[in-house]
Amino acid sequence: MIELTAAQAAAAIKTGDLDAREYFDVYRERAAADALNAYTWVAEAAPEIDASGPLAGVPVAIKDLFCTEGVPSQAGSKILEGYRPPYTATSVANLQRAGGTLLGKTNQDEFAMGSSTENSAFGPTLNPWDTARVPGGSSGGSAAAVAAGTAPWSIGTDTGGSIRQPAALCGIVGLKPTYGAISRYGMIAFASSLDQAGPFTRDVTDSALLLSAMVGADPCDSTSIGLPGPVELPTRTDLKGIRLGVPAELSGEGIEPGVLAAFNDTLDRARALGATVETMHLPHAPHGLAAYYLIAPAECSSNLARYDGVRYGFRAPGQATLLDMYTATREQGFGAEVKRRIMLGTYALSSGYYDAYYGRAQKVRTLIAKDFTDAWERFDFVVTPTAPGVAFELGAKTADPLAMYVNDVCTVPMSLAGIPAISIPNGLSEGLPTGFQITGPAFSENRILDAAFALEQAIGFDGGKARA
Amino acid sequence: MLSRDQVLHVARLARLELTPDEVDRFSGELSKVLDHIELISELGDLADVAPTSHVIDVENALRADEPRPSMPAEQALASAPDAAAGGFRVPSPGAS
Repeated sequence: MIELTAAQAAAAIKTGDLDAREYFDVYRERAAADALNAYTWVAEAAPEIDASGPLAGVPVAIKDLFCTEGVPSQAGSKILEGYRPPYTATSVANLQRAGGTLLGKTNQDEFAMGSSTENSAFGPTLNPWDTARVPGGSSGGSAAAVAAGTAPWSIGTDTGGSIRQPAALCGIVGLKPTYGAISRYGMIAFASSLDQAGPFTRDVTDSALLLSAMVGADPCDSTSIGLPGPVELPTRTDLKGIRLGVPAELSGEGIEPGVLAAFNDTLDRARALGATVETMHLPHAPHGLAAYYLIAPAECSSNLARYDGVRYGFRAPGQATLLDMYTATREQGFGAEVKRRIMLGTYALSSGYYDAYYGRAQKVRTLIAKDFTDAWERFDFVVTPTAPGVAFELGAKTADPLAMYVNDVCTVPMSLAGIPAISIPNGLSEGLPTGFQITGPAFSENRILDAAFALEQAIGFDGGKARA
Repeated sequence: MLSRDQVLHVARLARLELTPDEVDRFSGELSKVLDHIELISELGDLADVAPTSHVIDVENALRADEPRPSMPAEQALASAPDAAAGGFRVPSPGAS
């Protein structure tokens, strides 16, 4: 049963070959016995299952920061300790309406700030390929759960790579849709102009199926617009006529040799499937990290101002005045990385620095988006390694924030441009998974899924070892 | 390099009360991150570049101004650390 993909399980439930409740229970037991600390909460019993929808009752693991009514939703933070929201995020409600069932909530870096899931108030999640290593982040619990087969599939959020990078480090598929494709209503906010939900799955077909049940405009999120047409299940088996651009800035220096070798092998596979592959330039991509680490902290410093110990979550006890209560609550409730980013963002927005930092970063964002617009005149997709290295050891980068931030170098430019990108498993380096990233213009999800599907068949990755 | 005083000033703006250890640590760590961020000054004069605050072209999203039921007060207060008399109870703003 565990070897079925989610789409296969949904099909088997619909034909009556698989019992939806029995299937849920198998995963519920696996999730409850999870040894990777991938979950922060697991459903106690199977819910009422309606197998008539497209997801046919197949259970979904949900990143902690999605609000789920009556169920702990703590965004990996002590400051939201015990918070059970009075409403459900639109993306999750959409999944449930399509027949998805809530299996559990997954661990993450606090407020999605991190690339390793070590910044969680609930302890780090471990990588199923090697439990001495991180699963990536910030959606590390969602990635580890799918890779380890304690969930058939899951959802997470991507602000600068938080879906694609952990998918790469855990050997699964992760898709960040176009900004606005999925409602952000009920997603506990980190950086609102960048945050976007998306699926984690074992294969590309599952990714298309789960995405199809999440997308749509929502009156509760005025920036949500949905996709122009329905998400199609991918069928393409060749890449004839497809032009792939390989940005020199993101495919050479700084990429581990084993990751680069696996990337180049897949470029050869793409050529064999009929694609043309050409080196090109995204001249401003090297400045993506700097722009991102101004814009995202600036937005977070504003978004996280709401955590004041008044309306929900943790409040520092024994404070005499209101101001003491605010500052002590935030001091005790936030972890080190969240404080660091709030400080960075507050500094970048403060009087005298706004123009040089935040204002300038927004202009760099324009230049990065334009690099991609220019690329689409000559290329169908831009492809890169997803992350510069394989999963690193726990603790290896926690002492050096900048070393941690560099993990996002290949994923941040697409986030700043608001365009969709997928990471697919691309074989192993040193026995650990690597990812191949495909990005295209805004709203090109169907074409990206088709290209990813064709490459997935050619790569023939087997993630079974991590489910053992 | 961010001085201790600058770190304390920013912390005050952000309503964070840092421990002395944190002040020292953040002063070093943030300085290092800011050194990297300074790389965007290499791009020279950007006076002609428009800033991007929102990536996808959307017009104002308006809806009809029709009343809808609100969340009941008890439900809104259910997660509060200290609810009393139908509201959120907080310490006194104090004399300072």
